[in-house]
Amino acid sequence: MSDLTHLSLAEARDALKSKKVSALELTRAHIDAMEAARALNCFITETPELALQQAGQSDAKIASGEAGPLEGLPLGIKDLYCTKGVRTTAASRILGDFTPTYESTVSGHLLRDGAVSLGKLNLDEFAMGSSNETSAFGPVISPWRRSGDPSAKIVPGGSSGGSSAAVAARLCLGATATDTGGSIRQPAAFTGTVGMKPTYGRCSRWGIVAFASSLDQAGPITRTVRDSAIMLRSMAGHDPRDTTSVDAPVPDYEKALGASLKGRRIGVPKEYRLDGLSSEILALWDQGVAWLKDAGAEIIEISLPHTKYALPTYYIIAPAEASSNLARYDGVRYGIRETGRDIAGMYEKTRAKGFGPEVRRRIMIGTYVLSAGYYDAYYVRAQKVRSLIKHDFDAVFAAGVDAVLTPATPSPAFAQGEQGATDPVEMYLNDVFTVTVNMAGLPGVSVPGGLAANGLPLGLQLIGRPFDEETLFTLAGAIEQAAPKIDYPQAWWRGV
Amino acid sequence: MSQSAPSKYIKGATGDWEVVIGMEIHAQVTSRAKLFSGASAEYGGAPNDHVSLVDAAMPGMLPVINEECVRQAIRTGLGLEAQINLRSIFDRKNYFYPDLPQGYQISQYKHPIVGEGAVIVDVSPSERITVGIERLHLEQDAGKSLHDLSATESHVDLNRSGVALMEIVSRPDMRSSDEARAYVSKLRTILRYIGSCDGNMEQGSLRADVNVSVRRPGGPLGTRCEIKNVNSIRFIGQAIEVEARRQIAILEDGGKIDQETRLFDPGKGETRSMRSKEEAHDYRYFPDPDLLPLEFDQDYVNTLRAQLPELPDAKRARFIASYGLPPYDAGVLVMERASADFFEETAKGRDAKLAANWVINELFGRLNKEGLDVAQSPVSASALGAIIDLISSDVISGKIAKDLFEIVWSEGGDPTEIVESRGLKQVTDTGAIEAAVDAVIAANPDKVAQAKEKPTMLGWFVGQVMKQTGGKANPQAVNELLRRKLGV
Repeated sequence: MSDLTHLSLAEARDALKSKKVSALELTRAHIDAMEAARALNCFITETPELALQQAGQSDAKIASGEAGPLEGLPLGIKDLYCTKGVRTTAASRILGDFTPTYESTVSGHLLRDGAVSLGKLNLDEFAMGSSNETSAFGPVISPWRRSGDPSAKIVPGGSSGGSSAAVAARLCLGATATDTGGSIRQPAAFTGTVGMKPTYGRCSRWGIVAFASSLDQAGPITRTVRDSAIMLRSMAGHDPRDTTSVDAPVPDYEKALGASLKGRRIGVPKEYRLDGLSSEILALWDQGVAWLKDAGAEIIEISLPHTKYALPTYYIIAPAEASSNLARYDGVRYGIRETGRDIAGMYEKTRAKGFGPEVRRRIMIGTYVLSAGYYDAYYVRAQKVRSLIKHDFDAVFAAGVDAVLTPATPSPAFAQGEQGATDPVEMYLNDVFTVTVNMAGLPGVSVPGGLAANGLPLGLQLIGRPFDEETLFTLAGAIEQAAPKIDYPQAWWRGV
Repeated sequence: MSQSAPSKYIKGATGDWEVVIGMEIHAQVTSRAKLFSGASAEYGGAPNDHVSLVDAAMPGMLPVINEECVRQAIRTGLGLEAQINLRSIFDRKNYFYPDLPQGYQISQYKHPIVGEGAVIVDVSPSERITVGIERLHLEQDAGKSLHDLSATESHVDLNRSGVALMEIVSRPDMRSSDEARAYVSKLRTILRYIGSCDGNMEQGSLRADVNVSVRRPGGPLGTRCEIKNVNSIRFIGQAIEVEARRQIAILEDGGKIDQETRLFDPGKGETRSMRSKEEAHDYRYFPDPDLLPLEFDQDYVNTLRAQLPELPDAKRARFIASYGLPPYDAGVLVMERASADFFEETAKGRDAKLAANWVINELFGRLNKEGLDVAQSPVSASALGAIIDLISSDVISGKIAKDLFEIVWSEGGDPTEIVESRGLKQVTDTGAIEAAVDAVIAANPDKVAQAKEKPTMLGWFVGQVMKQTGGKANPQAVNELLRRKLGV
């Protein structure tokens, strides 16, 4: 086989099964690609020895007929997932050389099913960011370039920027990611990949460094919808160690691919037609509507009246939870510690040195909105609005809509330093189409829809009923079929 | 709710003052594991022996509620005659401290598992008050900072971190240190009956935060101070006394009380400021997003209610009604479930009042003297019952019975056999008694003459006859014979 990194995850699985290729060969090819792509800064920690060892075990299992569903498939793990014996950083300095003695439930599921782990993928610090520029380990550079502008360093989106860039650059067959306000779907849209954020409670949060507990959810980034379905099936499932995880059977999502769209009702929310939205994005959205219609779906204009409150509300609730979740990084038990005059001095110096500016900003926002005298005005109101947002979706689904179609992002990817330098809200606006989904706890998927005029990918988002990821896979598969095929970038980064 | 007597007022230089007391009791839930982790909740162990990844707040760890702790909280709420909330919410109380690994304590703030209830408290044999319960909620205990292991560093022991506590908040219904002590004592009795807390104050299983304010009788409530973490019933009484006097002294000097948190120093017999209201933390409570609301149905509560043991108030009422005991005796017997059980076993098929007297006066008296509790008693309920049987059937006298009790206490053995083998049987043979009576009368003609003038001399004759018979003569028979022969 010419270049094993050009296989999709499903193709690689089938090639391993039919013994056309070994797990070691497949893994070596991806290790080579990973090591040649250090210019992109996708990985914080590479674990090639571990990967080869796992691949060897996979080959033995394949030979003995004991192969798991992901046997021998090289994946990348977002460095927010705690991995037993492998340093876990959350892309922050504060964790130092923290090496967990435990494996997160979701990455554990992947290992259980035979996956090979190439290493830990870069991200925005504590998953706070939309461009992967807040990482303490430096920004990730997207493999994509604007047409005619090779010097601009394009961001891969965030926070799962290492995941999206590594998948788009073919450094791994798929990657784990997490999504609190769009951190799977936005980077997927920016890199022409498929990003699935499942229903809140579908995947266990146990062992994943918490950002905002009521919003965080694990999911995969892959190059195809089928690959996404394969990965999610392994990642999902009830976990008694996470009481917010749901005890419901996990379907074989792959079976949802190729199902008929006839009779499916797709809602198109008028409130997402924002003032000033570019004609390019509007055209993409119209195109998505047309593809689904052509495939047999019925298109309905719907209203989600509280949409405009979602982003400001999100930026109250998420920082509030984060300010509390990040209190444990205090220099007492693990991670870095700065000495101080007294205990308060130790805390202040440790946290000032350990956290980057965006994390500090969100801790301060969160602390503020939970403070006495402000709690009711901010946090309590935000929770009320959150209920209204959820109610908007409940009403639409109750009226018979199967899924909602929107753009994934208000623009294609931008270059490093282009957004948020003077006003952080500019960066926050990246999440305008995605946060509602987290606020309502719904599943959402970003699927490539084509390229912008500047040559960078654009994504469409589908939002589904709770625990109906299957419909999203069916619809995303239909868009993938109809949309122009994504040609992932050639490896310009080799030797850079 | 209180019906305090005016005598409870504290006399100041400028007149009477009334002390107003409310309490927050932290009671450690009896459970094998901690509130949100599987680590052992056992007391002791080497530092950091009982610590899970959750207790140490490692990244990505999540709390999972221990249902046994919920069950115990509901049972306790039922024991406090309180409202059980079928839906309650866990909140995070945020503050930084090295023995609080998460940077927040998981507690219940606006929606506790147990709402309003009441505790009936007997302050003395003649005085009973009702103390209102505002709420009971579940929360995590913190770890322990150790500052004496090194000159330059502090150490942290997380064994207690995450252990389940019930915080039981009273209304400010107490008006004296006696009432406060009686309240804690009663609450402790209820908890021990239910088995939801061992009530061991030395090991910190039960600790009190005491809110104290003073006012002119009938006047508006004064500013309160909270005395933190008082760990014995005696210290609770002392702390209230000294704090009330401190406040009165300030007010009588024309000063005002600052709302603050104070610590009681039993060595110096004073309270001192820990932090003022201005320094109070802003805990930034909000619902813990890692935990779903705690919900259960009324059937579950009903089942737990049906399985509750008989509680002290009901038991006391039953002892009064069915055994005819005086209320005070019944109250003493039900203080500890084991004591009440001991009494009932002793009284079974016997004269209950006699049994109560023996249990309270002889047995408890002796146990107190030796610092033992009823479970450690060398005299079993059946042995004490046998002693009582020997009295009731006139085999031994009350006096001999006390000697017999001593023998069984220190040597053990079957009371009936001891009476046989040591010849302790009471002499009921009137012939033998009459001989002894006659001998005493014959030997003391002067006393006989006196007795005719002064019938109280009879007692002296009884004593002499008892002496002659080695205490074994039936006192009633001796009395009758003497009366007849002396003509008194």
